[in-house]
Amino acid sequence: MHAYVIRRLGQSVFVLIAIALLVFVAIYAIGDPVSTLAPQDATTAELEGVRQRLGLDRPIYVQFFLFLSNAAQGDLGRSFVYGEPALKLVLERFPATLELALLAAFLAVTIGVPLGVYAGLRPDSLGGRGIMVGSIFGFSLPSFWQGLMLILIFAIVLRWVPAGGRGDPGMLLGLQSALFSLDGLRHLLLPAVNLSLFKVALLIRVARAATREVALQDYIVFARAKGLSRTRIVWVHILKNIMIPVITVLGLELGSLIAFAIVTETVFAYPGMGKLLIDSISQLDRPVIVAYLMVTVVVFVLINLLADLAYAAIDPRVRLAGGGKSA
Amino acid sequence: MSTVDQLPTETAGVEEGESMLRRQVREYFRSPLATAATITVATLILMAFFAPLFVPQNPYDLSQLDIMDGLLPPGESTYSGRVLWLGSDEQGRDIYSAILFGLRTSLTVGFLATAIACMLGTIIGVISAYVGGWVDSFVMRVVDLQLSLPSILVALVLLAAFGRGIDKVIAALVIVQWAYYARTVRAAALVERGAEYVEAARCLMLSNTQIVFRHVLPNCMPPIIVVATAQIAHAIALEATLSFLGAGVPVTQPSLGMLIASGYNYLLSGQYWISTYPGVVLVITVGAINLMGDRLRDVLNPRLAN
Repeated sequence: MHAYVIRRLGQSVFVLIAIALLVFVAIYAIGDPVSTLAPQDATTAELEGVRQRLGLDRPIYVQFFLFLSNAAQGDLGRSFVYGEPALKLVLERFPATLELALLAAFLAVTIGVPLGVYAGLRPDSLGGRGIMVGSIFGFSLPSFWQGLMLILIFAIVLRWVPAGGRGDPGMLLGLQSALFSLDGLRHLLLPAVNLSLFKVALLIRVARAATREVALQDYIVFARAKGLSRTRIVWVHILKNIMIPVITVLGLELGSLIAFAIVTETVFAYPGMGKLLIDSISQLDRPVIVAYLMVTVVVFVLINLLADLAYAAIDPRVRLAGGGKSA
Repeated sequence: MSTVDQLPTETAGVEEGESMLRRQVREYFRSPLATAATITVATLILMAFFAPLFVPQNPYDLSQLDIMDGLLPPGESTYSGRVLWLGSDEQGRDIYSAILFGLRTSLTVGFLATAIACMLGTIIGVISAYVGGWVDSFVMRVVDLQLSLPSILVALVLLAAFGRGIDKVIAALVIVQWAYYARTVRAAALVERGAEYVEAARCLMLSNTQIVFRHVLPNCMPPIIVVATAQIAHAIALEATLSFLGAGVPVTQPSLGMLIASGYNYLLSGQYWISTYPGVVLVITVGAINLMGDRLRDVLNPRLAN
């Protein structure tokens, strides 16, 4: 188990360095930040000064190795626009995005799994078919347009919730989060619903396929022969066994929730990391773009690792490769 | 090698393929939902590509626009008395005309990107399966790495680096998509490579190129078609999203996504139609293509069927 974790961490470091190189080269090609940062009437000498101050006059490989050695010490450079450490800017916005992603994941599970189980138990009923067609449209609704329609209906026409922004955070057990205040939740609800709908559609499909497979297993047939009530079979035997694929998918999708938050945050003017990324791209603020991508990749790697470990903990049949002992 | 084509197994295979194709087509159209989706997609493609025949004005010919007709709600008449069924934008542009022109850009980008990615991914996948060894492991590592990153993030960063433009959007979509085909084709080709007919073809001294292109690839087609259909829908939606975020097609050739983006500010003040109707068309397009893909998967791959 320990050997497995250490080896996975080792792999992750290589992935991080590879991504760092790719990102750095790609971002290096983005426009010339000096021309946007310096005043319009700056002379060539002044432009050169700005370039030198930002370290942009050095060859790209020197910039990359400086970047790597600084990154190893937790320094991802200073934002060209705000003049603050880029990592700090991204991490300041991280809790807002995390709250959004977690609430969306929660909604996806509580809506998607029951609908999927129902569609799996009654595949030919009107309800079951309707849920499946609905899930196809859930896949097809582009998140940004869906967000606009949610704003139009619930914020502009019905005026139930605010159209955007982030509410005042509340306190619970020493943790400060918008999830713990009514105002925070009111602001979060619409973006979270928007972010979750695609995952609801996905979980419906996963839960339905898993339910259909599990329902044919010998232990379910046996449970029925034993005379267990339908409720107990569904709630205990089926639900427990479909949680394995559901958790696998959810683990993989939590990372993409954070990435897709870029779109939702832009539509709802929600001050998370994704909005910061879009603003930074339009302002050519390279250090912030790089910092965003590095933070996101670290989060992805951690989520994948945790999902693998959770998977092993839930399903005793899974043996971690090379781990010797089962989890 | 002409004798090869006359071998009984080969001809039998072709005949079998013919009748199977017909059976699959019939099976496909037995679903009313899939039939409706196919008709919808065909209609949309026709209307988009012959857009000038279906619209009252060229929405990007400034001489045909009248600022007096700006921001009219659906159903209102223009200054010159023409009814605008879907309203107009701030420059007096008929939304219905703009939608058809935008759909043309969206469909072009979606189909072109998918076609190029499909070819590229298929070639890489087949080579990977056939050559094996370190080439295969290297290609699969790259595919794994790429598929673990969300497509929206990769495409956004690429476009931030490339800049705006239809060709650049297509390039970014190809880079995002090729890995799906490479993985699918490699898996299918690995199975086919071990099949007896490939062994037989080898015994007949057919060249590797001939075996791959005439025998292995046709048998890999069903999964490729299924993946490609889903990817067209994905490409169209992704392009719309990128254009909405300001990283997609140029302002001179707006796609559906950009039309929606241009109505964003008006939506907040209650002028809903500029963003809403292009979005409805986008959803119908993507949804109908997805429904087709779903049906194709059921028909072409009985093992995956419900």
